Amino acid sequence: MDENKTVETTVAADSHTTEGGAAYMNSIHKWGRIWNFSMVAVLFSFPIIVAIVFGAMPDWKGLGMGLLATAPMYWAVGVVETFTYIPMLGAGGSYLSFVTGNISNLKLPCALGALDQAGVKGSSEEGEVISTIAIAVSSIVTTVIIILGVILLVPLTPLLENPVLDPAFEQILPALFGGLGVVFVSRNWKIAIAPIVLMLVLFIAIPALNAGTVGIMVPVSVIFTMVVSRVMYKKGLL
Amino acid sequence: MEFSINHPLLYVLAGAIILIVLAQSIFFLILAWRRGVKMGMEKKKLRRIATSAAVFTIAPAIAIIISVATLAKDLGIPLPWLRLSVVGSQSYETIAAQNTLSAMGMQLGGRGNVMTASAYVTIALVMTISIMVGIWLVPVVAKKMQKGMINMEKRDKKWADIFNASMFIGMIAAFLGFVFCDFGSIFKGETYGLTPVLVMLVSALTMALAGLLVKLTKWRWITDYALPVSLVVGMAAAIPITRWLGSPAEAAEAASEAASLLTHVLC
Repeated sequence: MDENKTVETTVAADSHTTEGGAAYMNSIHKWGRIWNFSMVAVLFSFPIIVAIVFGAMPDWKGLGMGLLATAPMYWAVGVVETFTYIPMLGAGGSYLSFVTGNISNLKLPCALGALDQAGVKGSSEEGEVISTIAIAVSSIVTTVIIILGVILLVPLTPLLENPVLDPAFEQILPALFGGLGVVFVSRNWKIAIAPIVLMLVLFIAIPALNAGTVGIMVPVSVIFTMVVSRVMYKKGLL
Repeated sequence: MEFSINHPLLYVLAGAIILIVLAQSIFFLILAWRRGVKMGMEKKKLRRIATSAAVFTIAPAIAIIISVATLAKDLGIPLPWLRLSVVGSQSYETIAAQNTLSAMGMQLGGRGNVMTASAYVTIALVMTISIMVGIWLVPVVAKKMQKGMINMEKRDKKWADIFNASMFIGMIAAFLGFVFCDFGSIFKGETYGLTPVLVMLVSALTMALAGLLVKLTKWRWITDYALPVSLVVGMAAAIPITRWLGSPAEAAEAASEAASLLTHVLC
């Protein structure tokens, strides 16, 4: 919101290289590596322990065919998402978000909202701290709510599956990006025109673009916006 | 031991892993909080940020519980609980499960499915292997990418700011485009494609009103809750808007009724 602009605290990028800032960033990267590489092993432990305890080997044909049909697409999306989201989430936010998931529909909007609320830039050290706090809190709350949901799943099912509430949860993304869009587009309207027009045309004209493919369109849109911004910047339009 | 998709052991395993994930979030929260305080950021400000993030998360988290309930019909509760508490999402996990089940001659939602321990392990492995790239790739590239961003900002600060804004705008533009993905339905005489557009407008209007209110009253606390409130108002508005404009399911049902009526008349 505009009010924030007046209190914007822009921390220069070289704050990352001040003694305290560099030490903090090094500890984030050190612990991020330890946690994330450990999580790879921890996540694999679930199917492995189930296999050992129940004496069940995987169906090798099913595994091969299932991986062939699923993995190449997800690996490609995973690589593109990693390179797209790290600059937006910051280091601490990235280590956490790529473990806890739901990035585009929860963690990133949450971080964006927090940066806006604090009036800081994501690239500053203050922004790094704010983004990590927002994503960590969001991850904790999500995990706790899902735990409560699992405990109460039986009594909650009639409420969760109530057809009256269906439309509210079906429209969560438009409700989310309406609020975020008005803040960020109004501040950067010159940058926003070209990508919004392109995305509107693509999504209206190509029926295959829908909820299932929007994740793939994010990097496309980000790269397009950067290219257009660079051209506009070079021509002195920004 | 006899296997079932809701075996208590599966709950214990999933619960233990989720606790480790929770521990990582708490660890990073403490790390960032301490740094914030050390940098001179007010504790009150940090608490406000944390509270807003928590409030904002509630509605999307409830949507995740619904996804758990949906997947639980085929896979039991522990596996969807685990997958959706970590990297997964409903669409990712559904596709991974469906691809693996069909490779084993079954299908998601199929009545004749017999979920053996072997099939369960196979599905869990496909999900784990397929949806894991970000977890190990971030530690490999994050430091280098951040260094690159800092160097760019040192070279040309204005361009670095524009670059940052462009990334956010690019992401938001993709989702604004998605809001219009069913818009083409109006050319076929259907109105359901307008529902997400109107929901987005209601949410945007709520956010704009909150901004206006902050300007007029100088009540900065409104900023803390503007985003979660606009989200909930938008979601609540979806209920009457959908009732008014219809849904894709209703449109499909009407089309099917019309087709059967036409067939009946022609025959």
